[in-house]
Parts: sequence; structure tokens; C-alpha cells
Amino acid sequence: MPSAGIETKLWVWQRASAAVLGLCVIVHLILIIIAVQGGLSAGEIISRVSGNVAWLMFYSVFVIAVAVHAPIGVRTILNEMTGLKTSQTYLVMAVLCLVILSMGFRTVIGLYNAGGV
Amino acid sequence: MKPRAHRNHAHYWAFVLHRVSGLLLALFIPVHFYVLGMAIESATRLDGFLSWTNTPLVKLAETMLVVLLAAHLTGGLRLMALEFFGTRESSKTAVAIGTGIALVVGLTFLLNVR
Repeated sequence: MPSAGIETKLWVWQRASAAVLGLCVIVHLILIIIAVQGGLSAGEIISRVSGNVAWLMFYSVFVIAVAVHAPIGVRTILNEMTGLKTSQTYLVMAVLCLVILSMGFRTVIGLYNAGGV
Repeated sequence: MKPRAHRNHAHYWAFVLHRVSGLLLALFIPVHFYVLGMAIESATRLDGFLSWTNTPLVKLAETMLVVLLAAHLTGGLRLMALEFFGTRESSKTAVAIGTGIALVVGLTFLLNVR
């Protein structure tokens, strides 16, 4: 049985990250629709984002907010809908958080530095 | 009361949509990073993958992902409005508006994607 204190903290983190993501997802959806208009290619993506500090800052915040939000949500589903032990649900949450952070920052920093910046 | 009567309600289906969209998006995120990461390693590899995605079926799948993202956004905003401002009276309308916005965003993507 998860402790009430931890559950409350996770609820707060889930809602705080959701508030950040609310703005991030609106901007992301607009950027997606603008970006796909001319067709996507590796060169087009790199020329658009490489060396763009505003892009780097925005997607860094986005990755952090997703790395907080998604694992807590997945843990809630596992906790409510599967027979996994509480400790196992925390493990899945932590692993997913690390996967999103590592893959996300590898991609964001890699694209920022791509093109010889 | 019928055993499944609670499911015949906009809020129940909004809950299901929010949960399913959230789970699918969480599974998609690492895949998304992996594909974008191809651009860093080899532009040719990403371009090869992008040309593979240039089929109606993949475009439809991409549109579904955009709809899921927009639906999770509107569903989350509705949920937070309910939790923090207690807007229960108009919540059923919010479900309809949120679903409508998600479909409009998906359609906008589909009309613009090349």
C-alpha cells in the first residue's frame, strides 16, 4: 500500500508538471503543424533547430516536464490496474523517468549541436 | 442499476480517453526520441526513415498521435479545472469541447502534412 505522503507529493508533481506541459504541448502542436507544411527531412530539422537557443531552452523544459509527468501517470495506472507491488510500480516509474531524461536530453542537445555549432 | 451503467456517461469515456492517450503517449515518447536521434547520427538514416513514413497508413497513424496528444491536453485541462475550480456543472460540455478541439487539431495536421 503506497504511503499517503508519497501519493500526495506525486499528485502535486503530476499537476505542477501538467501545468507546464499545458503550455508546452500547445506550442509543440503549433510547431508540428508549421514544420510539416514543407515536408520533413533531416537537413530541414537541423537547419531549423541547430544553434537555436530558444528552441534548446523550450525543449529542455519540455523534456523535464514530460520526465516528471509521464512516469507518475504510468505508475498510477500500474498501481490501480495491475497486481504489481508498490515497490515495483516505483521502479517502473524511476526507470521511465531516467529513460525519458537521458533519451530526451541526448536528442535535444544533439540536435542543438548538429550542423557544427 | 445495471452493472455497467456507470460507463454510459461522458465523464467515464473522458477518463478512459485520458488514460489510454496518456499510456500510448508515454510509450511513444522514447520511440520519438529514438527517431529524432537518427538525425544526429546519420541524416541519411533519418531521411530513409522519413521516406518510409510517406504512406497514407503512417500519415493516418501520425494524425492519430496528434489527436491523442491534443485530447490528452484538453482532457488534462478539464481535469485540472474540475479539481482546482470545481467547474462540475459545465464539465460535460467541456468533454465535448475538448474532444472537438482534439479532432480539429488532428484535421489541421492532416491537411498540412506532406
